[in-house]
Amino acid sequence: MTMRAHRREGWVKVGLGVLAVVILAWTLFPVYYMVLLSLTPTNDLFQPGLYVEHPTLKSYTYTMGQDNPFVRYFWRQLSTSLVVSLWTMVGVAAVAALGSFALARMNFRFRRYVSALTLFTYVIPSSFLAIPFFKMMADYDLIDTRLSLVLAMVTFATPYALWVLSDYARSLPPEIEEAGAIDGAGAAATFFYLYLPLIIPPLIAIGTYAFLYAWNEYLYALLLLTGEERIPLPVAMSNFLTTDNAPWNLLMAVSTVYAIPPVVLYYCFKRYLVSGLVSGAVSGT
Amino acid sequence: MKLTTREGGLEASPRVVIAPPRARPRRLFRSRTAIGFVFTAPLLFLFAAFVVYPMAIGLYYASDPDSYRAIFSDPVFRTTAANTFWYVVVAVNVKLVLAVLLSGVLDYPYWSIRVLAALFLIPWAVPALPGILSFRWMLNSQWGIFNHLLTKFGFASVPWLAQHDTALGAVMVFHIWKYLPFWTIIFLAGRRAIPGELYEAAAIDGGSAVQNFFHVTFPLLRNLYLICTLLSMVFTLGDFTVPWLMTGGAPGDSTHVLATLAYRYTFTMGRLEWGLATFTVALPITLLFIGLLMRWVKI
Repeated sequence: MTMRAHRREGWVKVGLGVLAVVILAWTLFPVYYMVLLSLTPTNDLFQPGLYVEHPTLKSYTYTMGQDNPFVRYFWRQLSTSLVVSLWTMVGVAAVAALGSFALARMNFRFRRYVSALTLFTYVIPSSFLAIPFFKMMADYDLIDTRLSLVLAMVTFATPYALWVLSDYARSLPPEIEEAGAIDGAGAAATFFYLYLPLIIPPLIAIGTYAFLYAWNEYLYALLLLTGEERIPLPVAMSNFLTTDNAPWNLLMAVSTVYAIPPVVLYYCFKRYLVSGLVSGAVSGT
Repeated sequence: MKLTTREGGLEASPRVVIAPPRARPRRLFRSRTAIGFVFTAPLLFLFAAFVVYPMAIGLYYASDPDSYRAIFSDPVFRTTAANTFWYVVVAVNVKLVLAVLLSGVLDYPYWSIRVLAALFLIPWAVPALPGILSFRWMLNSQWGIFNHLLTKFGFASVPWLAQHDTALGAVMVFHIWKYLPFWTIIFLAGRRAIPGELYEAAAIDGGSAVQNFFHVTFPLLRNLYLICTLLSMVFTLGDFTVPWLMTGGAPGDSTHVLATLAYRYTFTMGRLEWGLATFTVALPITLLFIGLLMRWVKI
């Protein structure tokens, strides 16, 4: 390597180092501040600083023990979030597995329209449909039921899941159908015994995606579920904001607990959570 | 059974006799269209019942011209339209330009950059709500860390969320903070799909880093970039969570965007048809974007 190239690489490294510090500060500070506040005792809350002088886990013990009016239903709200997310996961996995088999492995007459409808559902902002969806659920008397929220979440999480699964299913060899045909299996048997075992890895990934979609959802949860005992965690947290004397350290403790499952899952499955969009976008060009 | 691959070839070899037709119901399943329909039935049901039907209800309730007369004469609606425009145009474009540039930084093959890339994903993994709450407390005019630092260094404190410009700015900054990592990984994947030989050829021609970017990287990322811009604009156009939780429309309903204003009309004021009309106003541009996307993206 020549002197000049050497020097150039040195400057690139210095530049990258400076940039890295800026990026890290920008990225991590809000999260650091959330955790910091959750460890701040109430007396110090109104003396802002960059670190905690007297760290305490009190906010967490209050939250876990439901020892404050604001977190009175913490466990029930957490379990509502969990139950809705798990059912969304099951629903999306089932619908997307069936749909991907048809879309990726068969050539039937209305295939193009089905994919167009799927893509449309993916791109239309779900908030555009929220008010009519609320009206419809009110007409069916399904407001305040978890079912209504699960149905909404399954609907909006399915397109992306279907996308990822179909992409994967297309890469499987044609021997699946051949083997099925030799055994004289019908479409249903081919699906259950030959196709389903092969798509388990991406199925787990899209299940995670669906779980996170429902876990993070705010608007539909706000509209469809009411009452402290029935709302999921994020809606309960936003209700803190309606009062002026909200205990922010407690709120941040709840926030931290609420943020942990998604952070863990995102890091485990991050490859699957973006791949579908990229391959879709790249192959579309 | 006539299962075919996507290439359309008939996969069952002709020697094999498959499932001889016995009773009439079996016949139904011999038709490819019927099988395709059975497997996509749950999907079609969901989309018909929870996408197409609500959309039809929405348009039905939004069909009264009086609603449009009412909302167009509402000054809050006009502010909201401007807010939404700036939110979509500024936040999305700043975010995507930064994402393309940062994807170049994260593409360097050093181990420290790989650590940085992993940490950089945190805002994407943390749900929006905790992040917004943290921003809100940082921006609190009395006890927030920003004003604390400003006053410490002798500047005047700023009522960040209590005036229109900085409050809308906070919404945009949060949007960029939260979604920049996602789009950066998308572009990173796009960059990694570019064949290395192109850069080798550019290196032989003595191209600088800047020339490389404009002559190799960007032309090849351009389609991806356009699709991402459209997609992100459509998503942001309907964003409710970030503006609602960051400002809730405050101060004085000056920072609403479409979705939060529709919520206010429908649930605070009890005017369902106004809420739906608010979305319908944005529908033509949304459908135009969606139409373009559907031509470019294949599922």
